[in-house]
Amino acid sequence: MSAPLLAMRGICKRFGAVWALSDIELEIHAGEVVALVGDNGAGKSTLVKVITGVGPADEGVIEWNGRHVRISRPRDAQALGITSVYQDLALCETLDVVGNIFLGHELGGKAILDEVAMERRAQELDVLESLSMRLPSFRVPVASLSAGQRQTVAIARALLSEPRLLILDEPTAALGVRQTAQFLDLIERLRDRGLGVLLVSHNLGDVKAVADQVAVLHLGRNNGFFSVPTTSQEQIVSSMTGATDNAVTHRRDRWGEVLR
Amino acid sequence: MKRTGASENTGAARAGEGPARGTSTPADQRRADADGGFGSHARDFARRMRSGEFGPLPGVVAVAVLWIIFQSLDQQFLSPRNLSNLSVDIVGTGMIALGLVFVLLLGDVDLSVGSVSGLTAAVFAVLNVNRGMPEWAAVLAALVVGAAIGAAQGFFSARLGVPAFVVTLAGLLAWNGLMLYVLGASGTVNLPEEGFVHALTSYYFREEAVAYGLAALSVAVFFLASYRDSRRRRSVGVMYRPLSVIAVRTAAVAVVAFAAAYILNRFQGLPLALLIFLLFVVGLDFVLRRTFYGRKIVSIGGGAEAARRAGMNVVWLRISAFMVSGTLAAVGGLFLASRVAAVGQTSGSSILLINAIAAAVIGGVSLFGGRGTTWSVLLGMLVIQSIASGMVLLGIPTPMQSVITGGVLLAAVVLDSLARQSQKAHGRA
Repeated sequence: MSAPLLAMRGICKRFGAVWALSDIELEIHAGEVVALVGDNGAGKSTLVKVITGVGPADEGVIEWNGRHVRISRPRDAQALGITSVYQDLALCETLDVVGNIFLGHELGGKAILDEVAMERRAQELDVLESLSMRLPSFRVPVASLSAGQRQTVAIARALLSEPRLLILDEPTAALGVRQTAQFLDLIERLRDRGLGVLLVSHNLGDVKAVADQVAVLHLGRNNGFFSVPTTSQEQIVSSMTGATDNAVTHRRDRWGEVLR
Repeated sequence: MKRTGASENTGAARAGEGPARGTSTPADQRRADADGGFGSHARDFARRMRSGEFGPLPGVVAVAVLWIIFQSLDQQFLSPRNLSNLSVDIVGTGMIALGLVFVLLLGDVDLSVGSVSGLTAAVFAVLNVNRGMPEWAAVLAALVVGAAIGAAQGFFSARLGVPAFVVTLAGLLAWNGLMLYVLGASGTVNLPEEGFVHALTSYYFREEAVAYGLAALSVAVFFLASYRDSRRRRSVGVMYRPLSVIAVRTAAVAVVAFAAAYILNRFQGLPLALLIFLLFVVGLDFVLRRTFYGRKIVSIGGGAEAARRAGMNVVWLRISAFMVSGTLAAVGGLFLASRVAAVGQTSGSSILLINAIAAAVIGGVSLFGGRGTTWSVLLGMLVIQSIASGMVLLGIPTPMQSVITGGVLLAAVVLDSLARQSQKAHGRA
């Protein structure tokens, strides 16, 4: 098996006396969807911040395609090809779809924007295809889009830089049933294209539906790494809540398999 | 319907890849007729109205209604003389409002612009008239003072996080006090008639050919720019305006431009002040809509956090917007001083501020940030000044005028808020 796209080993992160993360292991392969689950305060967001360089780890090793790398700033993560879509999406309400996709990366000359070139590239993004089916034009302001459409815009923006690893933070929290289904389709398409996807979610239904692997965090520690098709939802839930005390031994067994 | 190969290809490719669908979606309609039809543009217009993107429509309606009412009450209202005066009267406050647009786009407000215009005009007048400084140097000094005040207020607001309305409210008081101090004991400085600042609002291009020529030129430029843009869009296969739509729009521009030229020529010709104002409107519109800088200003107003994560220097951009506001307040102050040929203790009054804000908002600039153009100011100023001029003609006392102007401002803000709510509600639908 080839080296994982991203491998994290022995990651620790302290906030004062509190260990937000201790000895975390995580692997994501290209063309694989890994779900990161855990109860509130389990350390999911902290781990995402470690990966994106917003809050670098205190200890531990990060490998990218088998190579040891250091991610200490957001720019480091971007240079590797790591992009994230946050839960709040960070869109500019009054700009149109095209303006949002190119926000901060506008095309044009020295001072003057090239709207035509941007609109053309936006049309070529196949992620936006589902959107173009429903919108009269890409020139409508984002404020008038539905939650699912906004999500699509945010993802299109993330994909503009052609990342290798896409981190999605609670992507389905604001979506309806049908929108969620469309969104999950989109994730599968991205995976089939060879992207690594880290899906941070509370929604085990979504996790079961698209993820290949599930990494469970509990109180800042690894509490299981499951292969989705062979694991029941109850097992995942009990790891998330720490309900089963034998989860520790369970984890050891699982990790033995994965690491070997 | 004519289509280029490129657009046909993308259309066909999309239709092939998309899920099979019996009913026609908006996208199908778009594909069917956006490239060539008039109908899609009408539909687009209807959609905008429904979702609260009114654009300039309320302003246009307001101007039309006001003009009809005032003309029916007083035959003098639509006379060339009154309209020509009106077109010069809008310039001073209009310049101030243009600068205000930059700050309003951020979602902030600059309450000090009236006082800043008074102070900078006083600085100019004292340096030029009392101290004998060359006129150009005194103008430059006034502009620098305006920019520096903007930078200082922007620093407090953007860097130190003090709410802009508090900072600029303090400025409103402080700069007015400073103006009275600068003017000194006499309290009034008259501007010399031979100076070019005096000429700003008193010079008219008396040659009829100037007004007509500029009208023709602007119509031609408008058409060529639209046509070139449309051709380029067509060649790369994105949505473009069909020739029929461009023709209609050009015709509308031509009617307005030539009607204005005709009326102005029937009085004293094209006023220099109006020409300068229109150049500022067009130039700043280009800055806001077509440059990286303008896009950044608009995006901060639409979502400051998004702009920050996109790597923009939000603090500096905010400060720069306040500097634009201060500088244009100085420009406006010079025009206002030019109009009365003096700077006095009543320069930079608070009614100026109210009028500038009202003009921007009535024309369609949102107080919530991120929405509005400089054309909004032109339209809003026409509304405000028409009300002022009409009320003077009808002999309505000044206190009543303030009440009515306040009411108009409130109405515009209510419309802005409703539009925003409607847009949000539409997003959830």
